[in-house]
Amino acid sequence: MTDSQAASVEATVRRRSRTGQALRKPGFMIGVGIIGLSTLLAIFPSVFAPYDPNFIDYNAVRQPPSWAHPFGTDLLGRDSLSRVIWAYSVNMQMAVFATVFAFTIGVVVGALVGYYRGVADMIFGRLVDAIITFPFLVLVIAVVAVLGPGLVNMYIAITVVGWVYYARLMRAETIAQMGNDYAAAGRVMGYSNARIIFRHLLPNAITPVIVYWMTDMALAILLGSSLGYLGLGAQPPQAEWGVLIAEGRNFITTAWWMSLMPGIAIVLTGLGFSLIGDGLADLLRPRG
Amino acid sequence: MFRNVQVGGLRYILTRLLLMIPTLFLVMVIIFLLVRLLPGDPAIAMAGDRASDAELEAIRERLGLNEPMLVQFWLFLSNTLQGDLGRSILMRAPVTQTIFDRLPTTLLLTFLAMLLSLLIAGPLAFVAALRRGRIADTVIRSTFQVGLSTPVFYLGLLLLTFLAAGLHWFPVGGYGDTFVSNLYHLILPAMTVALYTSAIIMRNLRSAVIEVLDAEYVQFARAKGLADRLILGRHVLRNALISTVTLVGLSIGNLMSGTLVTETVFAVPGLGRLMLEAIFARDYPLIQGLTLTFAVLVSLVFLLTDLFQSWLDPRMRAT
Repeated sequence: MTDSQAASVEATVRRRSRTGQALRKPGFMIGVGIIGLSTLLAIFPSVFAPYDPNFIDYNAVRQPPSWAHPFGTDLLGRDSLSRVIWAYSVNMQMAVFATVFAFTIGVVVGALVGYYRGVADMIFGRLVDAIITFPFLVLVIAVVAVLGPGLVNMYIAITVVGWVYYARLMRAETIAQMGNDYAAAGRVMGYSNARIIFRHLLPNAITPVIVYWMTDMALAILLGSSLGYLGLGAQPPQAEWGVLIAEGRNFITTAWWMSLMPGIAIVLTGLGFSLIGDGLADLLRPRG
Repeated sequence: MFRNVQVGGLRYILTRLLLMIPTLFLVMVIIFLLVRLLPGDPAIAMAGDRASDAELEAIRERLGLNEPMLVQFWLFLSNTLQGDLGRSILMRAPVTQTIFDRLPTTLLLTFLAMLLSLLIAGPLAFVAALRRGRIADTVIRSTFQVGLSTPVFYLGLLLLTFLAAGLHWFPVGGYGDTFVSNLYHLILPAMTVALYTSAIIMRNLRSAVIEVLDAEYVQFARAKGLADRLILGRHVLRNALISTVTLVGLSIGNLMSGTLVTETVFAVPGLGRLMLEAIFARDYPLIQGLTLTFAVLVSLVFLLTDLFQSWLDPRMRAT
């Protein structure tokens, strides 16, 4: 067996044992289960929802939970369970669209600024200081105010503010990685800057950023539903958890199920993402 | 112990204050650009759709809209520094006055929320760290993990329904007239924010306490045979206090975001609720002023945190 084969076998063994460790962590597995199920509901809502989420039945307005309507009905007689299930496709989409662009921009900018330093890095440092001086929600809401309410504008607003947090983390990791011998070796070998940054530094520096991404997905769902509740995110009649809770707000003492059920969906999904995030953090933490 | 702090401390305070200037300058640039991104005539945006031609002309004059961008920014900067943030369309009053009217409410709410999150997170973080890996630790951490996944508006709605509307322990919303009545009205909103932020603080504080417990000087104290109570009081508590101050200071952004939402849920007449009213009324001068106010409040808290931190641990001043 050559050295490289031996190394690859060893790598496989190590990987397997790490996966094994993950499987033994109950928190991580519960997280994977919740998010797996949520993804299924998000992709095939029509399979799981017993009714059309927009079917209005004035003869069945605000009915409490029953066998026919396990989560009750809302103020227009729509089936609450079906609306909560259809909302999965909107809210799970938030976890992706509110974070993926911020993640990409942040990783690239962070790697570049961390590698080249200089004036760009100084400006970046001041920009970070300025952005974290705004409470996150305040700045996002201010941007939504300018662009107008709605899902797409909400994604733009969260990206415009959120990429800074990814870039800050990525910058710090890139600088830490540059202290390693392999980075110097790359330069000695005469590799181009782009090759050193994107083929060597980035794959090594990105791990903590991915862990942060997972937690940020949980935050994105909380933030997205908060904006929906406040009337700045998804707009009715679209079924979205925050919007559903807002619709039930005025009936909460008499028709509590309208607001209670979508909230449970938010808590569960948020919990799923943060459990995966914690599990990944434990799993990917370099050990000496 | 603190003999030499005065001289070094003064220099630190001055440097720290000077560092705030570029940050606040960029904050102003961001706020300036925000409203310039609006499609259409900024004068109409700033004065409202029903403004007369004379009003529009006055706005153009004040903001220098016919001048180049840099001149406009200079005008914005000098107006703001003189406390002139324009007129609120919604309130028909100067923005500065509108904000100062509502400021005490939000400050009181934020302070209460901060106090409550410390009271909740502090003791529980210690219990969790000392009973690491045992049942108490697991129960505390799982509860807070659920807390972290619960949006503030939902938690507020639940507390409102059960404790205020159901059990009548607290008022259903509003603010009251006297200070005592204000406090009574703010307990539930503050609790809502605190339950969320205490989850963040608890989590980090627990790791910080564990780190101190594992540190060599604590091991040494233990080996020396010092009583656990003494070790906790003398070494662990003092060092964990520094992390706590930092954590609470850095959570101020989260706290303020939370306040914004709770004020809406509980109909508390503070800055957060004003911000939402301003957004729905497209009251851009007010939105601009409020965004600036929040940023200034946060940077002041950051400043206080740094100063307090350097007072507790003079080593921090080197950096």
